[in-house]
Amino acid sequence: MRTVTYFASAALALAALAFGAVPPGGAADTPNPPAEAKAFRDFFTQKFSKLKLEDFVNGPYSMNEDMHRQWEEKEQFPPYEFSVDMGKEMFSKPFKNGKSYADCFPNQGIGIRQNYPYFDDKEGKVVTLELALNRCREANGEAPFSYVKDEMAALTAYMTFTSRGKPFDIKIPDDPRALEAYQNGKRYFYTRRGQLNFSCATCHVQSPGERIRAEVLAPALGILNAMPIYRSEWSGMGTTSRRFTTCNSQIRGVPLEPQAEEYRDLEYYLSYVSNGLPISGPGARP
Amino acid sequence: MRLSPFALASVLLIAGATSVSAASSEADFKAAYAAAEAANKEAGALRNQWTVTAAALAAAKKAADSGDFDKAVAQSKEAEALAKASIFQASSEKEAWKALEIK
Repeated sequence: MRTVTYFASAALALAALAFGAVPPGGAADTPNPPAEAKAFRDFFTQKFSKLKLEDFVNGPYSMNEDMHRQWEEKEQFPPYEFSVDMGKEMFSKPFKNGKSYADCFPNQGIGIRQNYPYFDDKEGKVVTLELALNRCREANGEAPFSYVKDEMAALTAYMTFTSRGKPFDIKIPDDPRALEAYQNGKRYFYTRRGQLNFSCATCHVQSPGERIRAEVLAPALGILNAMPIYRSEWSGMGTTSRRFTTCNSQIRGVPLEPQAEEYRDLEYYLSYVSNGLPISGPGARP
Repeated sequence: MRLSPFALASVLLIAGATSVSAASSEADFKAAYAAAEAANKEAGALRNQWTVTAAALAAAKKAADSGDFDKAVAQSKEAEALAKASIFQASSEKEAWKALEIK
C-alpha cells in the first residue's frame, strides 16, 4: 500500500512538473508579427469588402461616397499645402553650423518616410521620424521643436510628401527587443484607459465608419499613412504625437509626454500592420 | 419637567446627528487630499492617470483656499475614488486587453 502511495505521489509530482514547464497560454503569448498583420488586414478587408486596400489610407474619407467626394474636393486646394511649403524651406535651410537635415538621413531625407519608425539595434529602442528630426537638430546645436504641431508638422509634412505612394516598409529585426517593442505597442493599442474606458481599438477596430458625435471614425488599417494631417477641428496641422496625445485626453486619460516609449512602440506596431499600404500624407481630416 | 424615554432618545439622536454632520475642518481636508494624491501618484506610476482625477484635485484645492472645507473634503474623496478606479483599470487591463486583439 505504501508503495502504491509513493508511486501515485511521484506521478502527481511529475504531472505537475510537466504542466509547470509549459505555462498555459505561454506559447499563445509569443507574438507572431507577420501572421498578426495578415489577420489585421483580413479583418478590415472583410469588414469593408467593397473598399480597395489602398483606399484605407484615406481614413474616414474612405468610409462612404459622400465623404469620399468631400475629400476629392478638398484635395483640389489641399489645406496642408502651406505646411509642405514651409517644411521644404526649413529642410533646405542650413543649420548655424552649416550642416542640414539632409546630412542626418539616408538618401538625404528624400523618399524615406515609409521606413519610419525603425528599430535602432544600438539603442534597443524604436526611433520615429519626429524623434530623428529633433535628434538631428540637437546634434547640430539647434533647440528641439515641439513634437505636436507647427515646425515639426511642417518638416514631417514635407518629408512625407516626398514619399507619397511608397508602401510602408517597417522591419522587425531578429532581435527580442524589437519583438518586445512591437508587443508593447500592440498592448497599448488594445488596452482600455481613461475614465471612458476606451482603447484605441474601441474606436478604430470595433467602430470604424461609425460616428462619434460628428466625427466618422477611421479604420486602424492605414491610419498612420496619412500623417501628419491638417484637421479642421484643430484649425491647423498635427503630427502623430498630436494625434496620440489628443486621443488620450478625449477619453479622459492624462496623455503621456509626446514621444514617450509607449507612443513610439504604438507607432511601430500600427505602422507595421499597415505594411504594403501606400504613404498618402500629408493628409486632411474633418 | 420629566422627559419620557422616547423624548430623551430623540434629543440624544438629534445631538448625535448634529455631531456627525459637523463641518469639515482643514485637518479633514488635508487628510482626504493626501489620500487622493497618494492614489493618483500610484496611478501615475502605472502610466494611467485620468484627467477627471486631476480636475477633482484642483477643485478640492480651490474649495479649501476659499475656506469651504466641506466641499474640499467631498472633492478630495471624489478624486481618491477616481484614482482608485484608474488603478483598478490598469491592473485588470494587464490581461483583459488580449480579449480585444484581432486574431
